[in-house]
Formats: sequence, structure tokens, C-alpha cells
Amino acid sequence: MKGEMTAMYDVIIIGGGVSGTASARELSRYKVRACVLEKEEDVCCGTSKANSGIVHAGYDAEPGSLMAKLNVRGNEMMEQLSKDLDFPFQRIGSLVICRSREEMPGLQKLYDKGSANGVKNLKILNREEVLEMEPNITDNVYAALYAPTAGIVCPFSLNIALAENAYTNGIEFRFNTEVQNIRKINGEYEICTNRGTFRTKYVVNAAGVYADKFHNMVSEKKIHITARRGEYCLLDKSAGTHVNRTVFPLPAKYGKGVLVTPTVHGNLLVGPTAFDIENKEGTNTTREGLDEVISKAEQNVKNLPMRQVITSFAGLRAHEDGAEFIIGEPEDAKGFIDCAGIESPGLSSCPAIGEMVAGILQERLKLERKENFIAARKGILDPDKLTKEERAELIRREPAYGNIICRCEMITEGEILDAIRRPLGARSLDGIKRRTRAGMGRCQSGFCSPRTMEILARELQVSMSDITKSGGNSRLVTGMNKATL
Amino acid sequence: MKNYDIVIIGGGPAGLAAAVSAKRNGIERILILEREKELGGILNQCIHNGFGLHTFNEELTGPEYAQRFIDEAEELKIEYKLNTMVMDISREKVVTAMNREEGLFEIRAKAVILAMGCRERSRGALNIPGYRPAGIYSAGTAQRLVNMEGLMPGREVVILGSGDIGLIMARRMTLEGAKVKAVAELMPYSGGLKRNIVQCLDDYRIPLKLSHTVVDIKGKERLEGVTLAEVDKTGKPIPGTEEEYSCDTLLLSVGLIPENELSRGMGVKISSVTSGPVVNESLETNIEGVFACGNVLHVHDLVDFVSEEAGTAGKNAAAYVKGELQTEGGQEIRLNPADGVRYTVPASINTARMGEDVTVRFRVEAVFKNCCISAYFDDERVIRKKRQIAAPGEMEEIRLTKEQFQKYPDLKMVTVKIEEE
Repeated sequence: MKGEMTAMYDVIIIGGGVSGTASARELSRYKVRACVLEKEEDVCCGTSKANSGIVHAGYDAEPGSLMAKLNVRGNEMMEQLSKDLDFPFQRIGSLVICRSREEMPGLQKLYDKGSANGVKNLKILNREEVLEMEPNITDNVYAALYAPTAGIVCPFSLNIALAENAYTNGIEFRFNTEVQNIRKINGEYEICTNRGTFRTKYVVNAAGVYADKFHNMVSEKKIHITARRGEYCLLDKSAGTHVNRTVFPLPAKYGKGVLVTPTVHGNLLVGPTAFDIENKEGTNTTREGLDEVISKAEQNVKNLPMRQVITSFAGLRAHEDGAEFIIGEPEDAKGFIDCAGIESPGLSSCPAIGEMVAGILQERLKLERKENFIAARKGILDPDKLTKEERAELIRREPAYGNIICRCEMITEGEILDAIRRPLGARSLDGIKRRTRAGMGRCQSGFCSPRTMEILARELQVSMSDITKSGGNSRLVTGMNKATL
Repeated sequence: MKNYDIVIIGGGPAGLAAAVSAKRNGIERILILEREKELGGILNQCIHNGFGLHTFNEELTGPEYAQRFIDEAEELKIEYKLNTMVMDISREKVVTAMNREEGLFEIRAKAVILAMGCRERSRGALNIPGYRPAGIYSAGTAQRLVNMEGLMPGREVVILGSGDIGLIMARRMTLEGAKVKAVAELMPYSGGLKRNIVQCLDDYRIPLKLSHTVVDIKGKERLEGVTLAEVDKTGKPIPGTEEEYSCDTLLLSVGLIPENELSRGMGVKISSVTSGPVVNESLETNIEGVFACGNVLHVHDLVDFVSEEAGTAGKNAAAYVKGELQTEGGQEIRLNPADGVRYTVPASINTARMGEDVTVRFRVEAVFKNCCISAYFDDERVIRKKRQIAAPGEMEEIRLTKEQFQKYPDLKMVTVKIEEE
């Protein structure tokens, strides 16, 4: 890759999470040479892949803050974006549960903040109204803040859709490319990676928990990001309607607390904890964390069927000391656009973050709009959404849609092939899983992983022993039988 | 829409035996729907021997055992479709299925036999903390990779759970060149057959660590190691007992769950103990003409008993189609599992519908030494079987006969329990 030393870009975006790809997608409206550098083998591998999947209404953030503004704006944009880019989003509403009269001022404060932030249709419900709406809320409920504009989204689908659409509109993507150093030379930036050096006029720093590291390479106004771990349990679809809205406790010091929510795919999600850790790769779950998830969730929701847990996971929020989004140029580093401290409500805000970042770049680079910008993107076809006749016709045309690979989620070979063959297609088992849900069901890929590996090997023309779970050294098999005898 | 007398969901050992039996009992139009590319089910990856001791009086491998039934089904010209996924079964017994050639299609059946088998419990169901790297497999997935694809999941292995597949895989991985460092079992006893502990662990000096579990998983990309700890009587890890094991593979053999999503979808009542349908003496579910057998009904240890049970289901489904099962009258007797007995299959017996006898199968909930298995007809003990040892890993059975019931014309309930000798 050394030969590419002189590659010169208008914009380099560090990080293929939702912030980076939302920025890339908005930027792709303009005539620009831009590239996303991602250290993992796929987009959506960091904070963006392990979170609550909530599109917050916007009553949590302090009025006047960037968080408040972008959350409310992002929430407004999400619905149209989900139609344009074909990812699942449902405006199911949320409830913040208050369990005693003493907590009422806290609930009122949230209501007031929401109103100040411009959140529409907020309402404080009494006990009976809450239980009428959600019979599985704890009997100790006193009142709740109801926000009908809150929603749920599939974070993988959102992230992947943004990336695919950006790519279709001309943004380059380089994977397995880890930024090691950034220097400013003659008003431009030189970015050294494990795969060669890149030069660019502008940098977008959307590096999640590592955004402080890159910011601090170019600016004397230091920032500091702590990885704040959140652990979750995901329950089987049989538990998916235990509640029909996102149920929060009253917010505490470390965030919005342990929520219980249906997911867009009909599972039930419980979590997260909030625990600050040193290790920015510390996405492990812990016994204490998982126990805390269960005990805290049970304070607000009764009869949680925790026997239906199908998996647990942890994600890291990028918490900056100032607890506010940092978007824009540091005074002493012109051309370096931070997109840092993007913790909750980062997912909700990402459409607005992209809009804001692209806006800054457009102004500085005097970018012209493309005439041929393609705003729409088609997701992977979900045969479940077809009528029986349409589905039969599809299978006649493409028999791979008649071959079920993942029995739990009923995912066909046709969908898996699409996931591999489309722009920025899947290269690993997790890549397939995030795009199609194959392996995400109750057996957790026990049945389908060997079959999916076979399809990947065939399509990518590599051997089965080269197939990985998630790139890098995550090989799934170590060789042939008896090879070590 | 095509019509069949009996549609059998699943072409594994249960589905095959049920089909053969139904055909031998005079039913012509039988169809087996199988999602895999060949008949035989999980037996195809069970290349070890020990199958068929009860049925054929010889030791066969899994594929050999399956072949006996496949040959018989072929001889009897029983129809089957491979690579075919059943998507839905309606209460009216319309089966919606899908494959590459025919697309989505519907079949109407007079009777349905559920024989979908079971799946393995996953790591997620256990909520084991740690990272989520490559190298964590359920034992059956590893078995498929090794035995069907010739691929090794890893080189240094720890196994959690001493279910039979885990034990079998400890031996297989060793034979194929891996080092199996330990088998950890949460319970103070193994969940597998005694013969498998001897032949798969003891013979290869693989330590079985009872009352142990995995408390941490290390490695971000590929598994690097696990931490085992001893557990107390409630199953909670005891601090200070942690031991590190470096390994690149963790196999899980922590239980099997009957796959009843289709059954639930059609309204079949499921037992919370077995996770299988609640059935009567004919192995018929709460929906008339819908029968269940094999691991979808309750998880078995030995395929011989699956075949036997499925034969009964096939015979009864045949009787149903011929209109011979719908008998009025008779005594409705409830089977009541008590004192150390977790469940019984069947859950009830009708004396008019039953044949000469009914085999009642069940599992005990702990290890009992020098005990008796007793059956009480209401308050009177009628059966008392001495057992040196009864363990959850080995299915038990008693046989109840028509003759016995005739002596108790007012009988309401048979209680099956474990008693001290």
C-alpha cells in the first residue's frame, strides 16, 4: 500500500460507526473526494453495534445543549430517513416510570426539559393510565412521563444503510485500516495508518471511544473520553410483547438507567448498566453487570421472563468529561472536525450529526451539490413481508429464496447472498448476522453457522478455514481433522 | 392443494420410524418433510457407535442406524421431500412448506406427526459473562464441523456441560488431534450416560470437574482462555476457587430444548417441564390428530427409545386416520409425577383408547441411590421397582397394562414417585 502515499482527499472520516457514516452519507450529496477509514473489517463494529437501539424523544438533555438540539432534530429526521434508506424504525413511544410521590419533582423536571427542548406531545400519566397502557409495569408505579415521539430502530440496519448509500454516492471506504498518527503539514493533514498514509484537507474525527486520542494529536485543548460500559440481555421473541413501549426508570447520575424495550425485530431488550472502565476494548460482560441488569429492570417491570434470555452483550459509550457532544473544529486545529463524545442520545441524533458535519464541510470546502445524488437505498429483501403469491414468484425467479439457512429467524440463502454481494457486502459471520439476522435467533447460530460459512467461502472464493467471525484473528476453524497428529 | 393421510414433520429417527410404522399399519398416503439435504437427522453426524443395542441387538454407528430405517422407508415407498422447510401448520392441519424447486406450497393432512427434534441450549441462555470471541461452539455444531466437514473448531478445548454430546465430542476432538483440558459440569453429577463418562473421558484421562462452571471468557477475536470456578449447592460460583484454562475452544453441552415453535404456532399445549407437547396415551397432543414423538416430545438419551416411541405414534396416527382411535368412554386417568419424578410422558391415559399396555417414560430430578420407583393407583401402590441408582441423565420407564387398570374401575390418578428402599 506504500505506493498510495500520495492519495489526496478533500475529507477523511475516521470511523465507520453511525456518526461517521451519517456524516459520509450527508457529505455524499456534494461533489467531493472523501474516504471513511475503519479499523475493523466492517462498519458498525464499535459503539454503534451494541446499544439500546432507541430513538429518544429528547427530554433528557439540558435545554440549549447541542445534545438537546441534535436529539430532537435527529428524532424528527429518522422517519423519513428510514423510508429513504429502508431500515426498520418504529415510533412506539416511551415511558419514564416514577415509583413514589417523592420522585415526582424529578419527573416534572424531565417534562419541563422536554418542553424546553421542543419535544412534542409529552404527557404525565397517573398510575391507572400507565397500567392501562402497559399492564406489566410494576404495581408500585406512581406516575410516568409518556413521550409518544420516542422510537426504536435497528442500529445495524441504520449504520449499514448509511454506509451503503454513502458508498453508492461515491464515498470511498477502507476497512482494516487503523489510524496510527495524524499530523498537520502545510495546512493539510497527513494520516498514517497500518495500510499506508493518506493526505487530506479535512478530517472528521468520528472515532467513538478513541476520538480523544486523535483530537489530542492535533489540538492543545485536550479532551478526555471514558469508555462507559453498558451490559444488556436480549430475550427471545416469545417475550417480545412483554412491554410495547420503551420503559425507563428516572434518570440517574450515569445515564438513563436500565430500560426494558421491545426491539424492531420483536425481541425484548433489557439494559444497560453504566460502569466506567479503563480498557477501551472492554466489551466483555460481567456477572455483576448482568445481575444488575436483571435486578434493576425488575424494579419497573414485573414478571420479566428472564429464562427467555438468548444472549447478553456489552457496549461502550464514548463519555466525554463535559457530558456534551463535541462537534466542530478546535480553535487550534482548523480543518479537523470533531465528532466526539457521542454517547446517548448519539444514535437518535446521528442523522442531525451527519447534517451538521456535512454542513460545516460544505461551507469550508465550498462544495457543490451533485445532480445525480441517489437518496434512496433498498435494504435486503425480507421475504416475510411479501404475500404468499409474491414469495412463490420470487422463489421461481431466484430459488435461493426457497432455501432456509437460519431456522430461528427464517433467513434464506437468497438474503445471505444479497448481504455478501451488495455494496460494502458482508465478509464475516457477524457481517452476515448484522445484515440479515441469520444467527441472531434463539439457537444463536448453532444450526446455521456451518452453512453460512459454506456460503461465505463459496462466494468469497476462500477456504472454510479463512472464514472469520468478525475479521482479524477471529477464524472459526483452525484447520483440517488430524492435522496436528 | 395436495392431500395426504399423514404428514410427518422431520425425517430424523423419530419421523422415519413413525412413517414406517404408519405404513405398516395400513396407511398409504404418507409424506415426510425434511429440512436437511438427506434423511436421518442428527444421526448423520453421530459417527460413533453404540446405537441400536436395544432395537437390533448390535452396535451400529449413527448413520448405519439411520440407514436401516431409510432403507425400510424406501422399500415401503414412503414419499419424502428434502431441503424443505415447514413454515407453518394450521390448526386445521394445513402444512405450509417451502423449498427451492416448488417454492411455497400447502399440503392438507388428516393427521400430523411432529418429529422436529431439538436444539442445543446456547451460551446466551446461560448468561455466561465475558467476551464474545470466535471459538465458542455448542457441542453439536462442533460435531457437525468435525464429522461432516472435516474441519477442526480448535486445538485446545474446554467443555462446559457433561451432556452426552459434550462427552462424545471430548473423545472425538481428542482423536482428531485436539487437547481436551477439562469437562466442567455445574451439577454435582453428570448429565450424560455412565458408559459415555467411562468411554469418552476416563479412557482418555480427561478430567470431569463436577460442581464447576465457566465464570469468565477471555479473548476479543479468538478465544484465549476461560476461567472455571467451583459452585455451591445453589449453583453460585465460590469466590477463590477460580482456575484459569488457556484454550482456543469452548464447547457447550448444556442441555437440549425441543424445537416446538411450529407446535406452539398451531396451538399445541406445551409442558413447561419438558418443553414438549403434553400428550395422552396415544402420544396425541391437545389437537385431535396431531401426534408427537422423539426429541420434540421430550429429550431422549437413546435413539432406540425414540424409534420405539415414534413407532407408537405412527401406529396411533394410522388408527386415527382409519377412525379407530376416536373411542367413546373408558376411564380418563391422570399421571401425576411426584417426589423426585419431574414429568411423565404421556401425561394421561384413556383406558378405552390404549392398547394392551402403555410405556410411561420419565426423568428423576436428582441422583437417587438404592431407591424404588413406585406407581400408586390412587392410594394403592401397584408397582415397585428397585433401582441401585436413578439419575437425571438416564431416562426411566414403567409399563402400565390394561389388565392392571381393569382391577381399578374407579381409578382417577396414577402417581409415579421415587421412594426409599
